Amino acid sequence: MKIKNIKPKNLLTHAILIFVCLLSLIPFLWLLSTALKGRGENIFAYPPVFFPKDFTLNNFIEVLKLVPIVKYVLNSFIVAGITVVLNVILSALAAYPLARMEFKGKKITFFAILATIMVPFQTIMLPVYIITLKLNLVDSYSEIMGYLGLILPFAVNAFGIFLLRQAFLTIPKEIEESAVVDGCNSLQIFSKILLPMIKPQVALLAIFTFIGSWGEFLWPSIVLTNEKLYTLPVGINNLSSAFSSDYRLVAAGSIISIIPIIIFFLSLQKYFIQGENEGAVKG
Amino acid sequence: MDLRKNIGAYLFLLPAGIVLLIFFFIPFFQTIYLSFFDYSKDVYSPTFVALQNYWALVKSPLFLKTILNTFYFLILCVPFLVIFPLFLAILINQNIKFKNTYKILIYLPVVISIVVVAIAFKWLYAPSGLLNFFLEKFNIAPIGWLYDPKFSMISVALVTIFKGVGYYMMIYLSALMSVPKELYEACELDGITGFKKHMATTIPHIMPMIALVSTISSISALKVFVEIYVMTRGGPMDSTKTIVYYIYERAFENLDMGIASAGAVILLFIVMGFSMLNIFVFEKDKYKA
Repeated sequence: MKIKNIKPKNLLTHAILIFVCLLSLIPFLWLLSTALKGRGENIFAYPPVFFPKDFTLNNFIEVLKLVPIVKYVLNSFIVAGITVVLNVILSALAAYPLARMEFKGKKITFFAILATIMVPFQTIMLPVYIITLKLNLVDSYSEIMGYLGLILPFAVNAFGIFLLRQAFLTIPKEIEESAVVDGCNSLQIFSKILLPMIKPQVALLAIFTFIGSWGEFLWPSIVLTNEKLYTLPVGINNLSSAFSSDYRLVAAGSIISIIPIIIFFLSLQKYFIQGENEGAVKG
Repeated sequence: MDLRKNIGAYLFLLPAGIVLLIFFFIPFFQTIYLSFFDYSKDVYSPTFVALQNYWALVKSPLFLKTILNTFYFLILCVPFLVIFPLFLAILINQNIKFKNTYKILIYLPVVISIVVVAIAFKWLYAPSGLLNFFLEKFNIAPIGWLYDPKFSMISVALVTIFKGVGYYMMIYLSALMSVPKELYEACELDGITGFKKHMATTIPHIMPMIALVSTISSISALKVFVEIYVMTRGGPMDSTKTIVYYIYERAFENLDMGIASAGAVILLFIVMGFSMLNIFVFEKDKYKA
């Protein structure tokens, strides 16, 4: 390692950052350590023991047998995946005229969308729930409707529209004008010329939407009744109350549930840590 | 302006408009409408009661307690979430090794579902858990993190902070990249270094971001719910019952939609008030002019 090359004056900086990194890892490492401890070991031992003495992977096997975690992962992928696709399409479509066209009611539209940021979802959740029931977007009607009920209320949000609008605004007008001269219509300009130019922001919106949807707990826990449609957070929360007496299984289930999102995060990390632009801001 | 061009714009806006109409604007006005009805006697035939729900809430000691609890929570986490991530961002923004590793690890809690974070923290908070073990090392008596009404809100706020630091750090990092290098060089020529250098250059330059972070973090603090739902359920002794938790309980457990909606409208006013306050505090110079 290149540790020797660290300048002495940066030592304190590194010490602080390593400490903070440890803090953000410890809760998960402690959970992992518990998940790896076998029946022969007291997980409530005091003082706490970090490295398992009775090392085993049995808790993972057992929890996978008891609870359909793989199904939860699949559900979360379906819901988060479709939510991402809808957000990208709807936000891009709405952002384009807001950035590039003049039309009657543009200002009002702009402020109406802006106003949605000010209103917390929790304050309107109750009527949203009633509307979802009335539209039969619930799992008691059919599985597809159940998925749609999880997805549609989050199919678009102001953050996405504004992010892509800002991106469209940075593209020089000349590019669009030359396309008009070449005989392109609005839809062609939008899909063939402008949309490919804002790929970085689209990627950012996709990633943030995916993570948000993947972790969403409140809404699915309210609308879902059928265990077949449980997403990961709902399933894991259920697991933690159903097996509250067996913490090894809860820990193992939790660890399994974070593996997919960590892989997702690490494989796309360059967008997080290099693509630092206005996109990092989400309300 | 010809009509054809207008129609084109409307068609582009239509899909997002329909979704926002059904899942935002209609529910929004419905919330206000429902807040004028009494559901407590008969869920199926509510009666119009004008402002009585609001009156009942204002007089309810429990509701007032939830407002106080919410503000207590806000004071516990917002100052920390505004200042500490900025400090980390300034540290990371130097020309140092392992920069990206630090960023990834500090951001990690942001991508993990709050449900799992809460499970991990419940385990840390256990009476004979890791945290009390560390306290004992420093000769401090064990704390009933989630069981003691004096500490329960602090314990919940720690989880929110844990999950928020990486997020706000990234926002600050994006802003720091826009600070002109020349500013720092000028400072160093004048012999201003370290902490003073940042006070003189960085902070004024990224003031808009600091304003944004305090607005976003206060609004999300006012909306706090999931941490409480999965960790304490508002207890012990209502010590962690916040406004949104109260609304949730009234709506989905007591089916008292009138009171719940009135609570939601009050929360909405508080959130809007806070947004205005933030704008006023951070941009008051603009209004003076």
